[in-house]
Amino acid sequence: MASEATEAAGHAAEAVEHAQGMPQLDFTTYPNQIFWLVVTLVVIYFLMTRVILPRISSVLAERAKTITSDLERAEELKQKAAEAEEALKKAEADAKAEARRIIEETKAEIQKDLDAAMKKAEAEIAKMAAASEAKIAEIRAHAVESVAAVATDVAQEIVSVVFPGKAKAEDIAAAVAKRAKG
Amino acid sequence: MATEAEGGFAIHPMDQFLVKPLFGGSELHWYTPTNATLWMAITIVAIALLFVLGTRGRGIVPTRIQSIAELTYGFVHKMVEDVAGPEALRYFPYVMTIFTFIVFSNFLGLWPYGFTTTSHLAVTGTMALAVFISVTVIGFVKNGVHFLELFWIKSAPLVLRPILAIIELISYFVRPVSHSLRLMGNMMAGHAVMKVFAGFAGVLGLGAIAPIVAISAVYALETLVAFIQAYVFAILTVIYLRDALHPAH
Amino acid sequence: MAVEGDLVQMGALIGAGLACTGMGGAAVGIGHVVGNYLSGALRNPSAASSQTATMFIGIAFSEALGIFSFLVALLLMYAQ
Repeated sequence: MASEATEAAGHAAEAVEHAQGMPQLDFTTYPNQIFWLVVTLVVIYFLMTRVILPRISSVLAERAKTITSDLERAEELKQKAAEAEEALKKAEADAKAEARRIIEETKAEIQKDLDAAMKKAEAEIAKMAAASEAKIAEIRAHAVESVAAVATDVAQEIVSVVFPGKAKAEDIAAAVAKRAKG
Repeated sequence: MATEAEGGFAIHPMDQFLVKPLFGGSELHWYTPTNATLWMAITIVAIALLFVLGTRGRGIVPTRIQSIAELTYGFVHKMVEDVAGPEALRYFPYVMTIFTFIVFSNFLGLWPYGFTTTSHLAVTGTMALAVFISVTVIGFVKNGVHFLELFWIKSAPLVLRPILAIIELISYFVRPVSHSLRLMGNMMAGHAVMKVFAGFAGVLGLGAIAPIVAISAVYALETLVAFIQAYVFAILTVIYLRDALHPAH
Repeated sequence: MAVEGDLVQMGALIGAGLACTGMGGAAVGIGHVVGNYLSGALRNPSAASSQTATMFIGIAFSEALGIFSFLVALLLMYAQ
């Protein structure tokens, strides 16, 4: 080291640009560097504590809050959707049951109506058949009577033409009735 | 480079670490603005740009710069909380300050013609000593005499304890040395190696393919180292802090 | 720089070269750290990510010793 000292002194004039040994071990620069380092660190520290860290932590907290509230809302909406689905299903089932019930009821009603109508129609038909029979019987009786009357009239006319004024009406009628019967 | 009379193969890898007064003159008082001062100021400006200007929007959905700032915050915050526990979060701003300063100095020092403030023992040593002293003070304030249990290992046999205590004591006092030398050495080594290769490239002239490839490779490694050393410095700070808060763990 | 017959300088430069062998030790150490991390990570990949930080700290510790030897070399070369 000591031998280098003279050499270093000799070099000093020409080699101002170059490092003599390690600049890190040049203790004359230490106070300067330490002073400026302390200034720098204090400035950064105040930047950090006054501006940066509160800002970033508030931003992060706000984001976390937003995310949790969004998640909560999503959960809520999901629950609502599930509820709506449940309600929908229930409504569907109800509607189906109602429809079934209505179908059953209507069926029963129609059956009843049908039965009643059938019964009524049958009764009417029976009545009408009876009336028709009676009428037919009446018409038949009437026809027989008319035949008897016409026969009597015709016989009287014939008798009055063949034997004028000799036959009595009652006798002729009795004779016609006797002949018609037998 | 006027002094290359002797052979022309003069590589001066240490020149980049010279601390020179910024505005000429050869006087170097403790207050003289130097190139180190300039680069520390650039570090502050870069930190302000990223963390103050970048988070100006305070967006719920962050911009790219804001998410870098938030990632850094979250990274250091998680590191402090995971390693030293939630009660160490009181000291989170200190760790954040140290980490951002180192990481920015390291990366800014990678610029061509840049000056790496963290490659100086004065800087790293001051920071390491500050960490050492404050951690020791915190340890004694928080735990009183119990802080000495850090050196008195209860799980060891009684015979071995005094020996272990001496070893632990030595390793405790070596901490600031290794803490500072690691960062300074890494920074200086990488930059010096790059400078040496650059000197080769300068000598070889246009055909200097191999040195340039080597510089690229070393530069890539240095980019990694720049971050890792900042991380290691910060996490060692946090580990020392944990030892101070919970000496008998 | 190369003054003929400067025995101190010669010794210092040889010493610097020898000091650089220490970096090989650091290289072996880093290899050990990463190799063991990797074998552990392959055995239990789920625990790997939580130990990455520890691995980097281990790398930093063993790398620091290599850096120290490099530092000694530089001191021998320049700090006289």
